[in-house]
Amino acid sequence: MRRLEVDVRHKSFAAASGGRLDVIGSLAFSLGNGEVGALVGPSGCGKTTLLRIIAGLDRDYDGSVTLPDHGRLGVVFQEPRLLPWRTLEQNVRLAAPDASDEALTALFRALGLDAHRQLFPGELSLGLARRAALARAFAVEPELLLLDEPFVSLDDTLAMRLRDELAELVTRRPVTTLLVTHNVDEAIGLADRLFFLSASPARVIAEVPVARPREKRTAEELAALRAEIARKLGQA
Amino acid sequence: MAIRLVSFALLIAAWYAGAQFAGDARVLPGPWAVALMMADEARSGTLAFNLGATLSRVAIAFALAMLIGSAIGWAMGRYRTADRFGDPWLIVLLNLPALVIIVLAYIWAGLTETAAIIAVALNKLPIAAVTVREGARALDRGLDDMAQVFRMNALTRMRHVVLPQLAPYLAAAARSGLSLVWKIVLIVELLGRPNGVGFEIGTAFQLFDVTKILTYALAFTAVMLVIETFLVQPVERHVARWRPKAA
Ligand SMILES: Nc1ncnc2c1ncn2[C@@H]1O[C@H](COP(=O)(O)OP(=O)(O)OP(=O)(O)O)[C@@H](O)[C@H]1O
Ligand SMILES: [Mg+2]
Repeated sequence: MRRLEVDVRHKSFAAASGGRLDVIGSLAFSLGNGEVGALVGPSGCGKTTLLRIIAGLDRDYDGSVTLPDHGRLGVVFQEPRLLPWRTLEQNVRLAAPDASDEALTALFRALGLDAHRQLFPGELSLGLARRAALARAFAVEPELLLLDEPFVSLDDTLAMRLRDELAELVTRRPVTTLLVTHNVDEAIGLADRLFFLSASPARVIAEVPVARPREKRTAEELAALRAEIARKLGQA
Repeated sequence: MAIRLVSFALLIAAWYAGAQFAGDARVLPGPWAVALMMADEARSGTLAFNLGATLSRVAIAFALAMLIGSAIGWAMGRYRTADRFGDPWLIVLLNLPALVIIVLAYIWAGLTETAAIIAVALNKLPIAAVTVREGARALDRGLDDMAQVFRMNALTRMRHVVLPQLAPYLAAAARSGLSLVWKIVLIVELLGRPNGVGFEIGTAFQLFDVTKILTYALAFTAVMLVIETFLVQPVERHVARWRPKAA
């Protein structure tokens, strides 16, 4: 059973200067139940636009998107998008009113946010704010998780830690996940299936499945994957 | 605080000097004469009665204008159709002199309490609407998307997403509104009410009783000052508590 089916045939925006800007060409892919997919593509190719379509925030497109049934949605936007007038903890609780205290405490601990629960977003560093956005998306226990470049502009060590954290969270509680990234290594480290997008108007130029579960992937396998990806992208 | 006190003392001193210079208590009575009359009026209960009448008119008209004006402003900032529809009405109301609205209200609805309050509210309402409309236009789309994705209900959205963004605009509307409303309430009372600060000042005007005029004007200003310090400012501080403190 496929849990997420995306088939966008065309998406364009009205340009302010008149005329229309084609952003997405013909773009189709699907993800199985509990699978983690990664979308990799150049800046401006329409990844955020695609996530907005999948999240139901933009209905002005040709094509169709099928989501998991009655699926709760967790989204990490490209910017943290916290409510500046609510504390970190309130931000999470407002999005996930049903989350139990124990679940939240565990989540805050896992993301290193324990000491910052009562701070307002204006008092958080960007890294902390991004983690808060991750916490909020996990707290709703989503059926579908959408992540828009969640680790960009964090230092390498922190980004690596958070990647591990994400891997562990989706392993502990499998959730169909779509991760947007520029970073091929991040994609092959986390995802079960990679989709490479062309420049705008975006389409899928290569799909690469990663067979081994992510905890068992060895350095040699990752290197081989990288070579395969380079070859496929060279052909495309 | 010390600077405020000095400034206040200077004002009283200037008043005293001015009264000495005028030399005629009927033109400009000194602070002492006004204080005495204030004590007299307070003892007889008329001061409290009139202040109370005016204050309740201010409160009701202010609340009505803020509530309805903000709702209209929010809708106009949010929905283009509402904006197109409401804009001519706002322009008419904004440019209609307060006096015209008051006189028409009294002619059409009689010299009643309802007419008085509606007239005051109508004067304030368009200003609240225009201010809040600016705020609604500046609402953050990103936060809206966030609220939708996480399926927040209408009440949560209003309370935690929309209202905090409108708060500075609501505060601006309230602040300018309060001083406008009480000034207009005095005119409404002068023209067609049998009590209140405006009515007392109207009678005093006919008798050229400057002491009484000053007594009521100062008493009511003091009441508004108390409201400003103990109600408006604490509320503003509470609403702005999340903002990083200025250095
Ligand atoms: N609301 C909009 N109106 C008009 N054009 C838009 C709008 N939103 C996005 N675009 C255009 O669509 C294209 C794709 O934008 P999008 O944000 O989806 O890119 P992206 O792949 O997420 O880029 P990045 O990796 O830099 O975040 C860009 O050319 C952008 O200018
Ligand atoms: Mg983007």
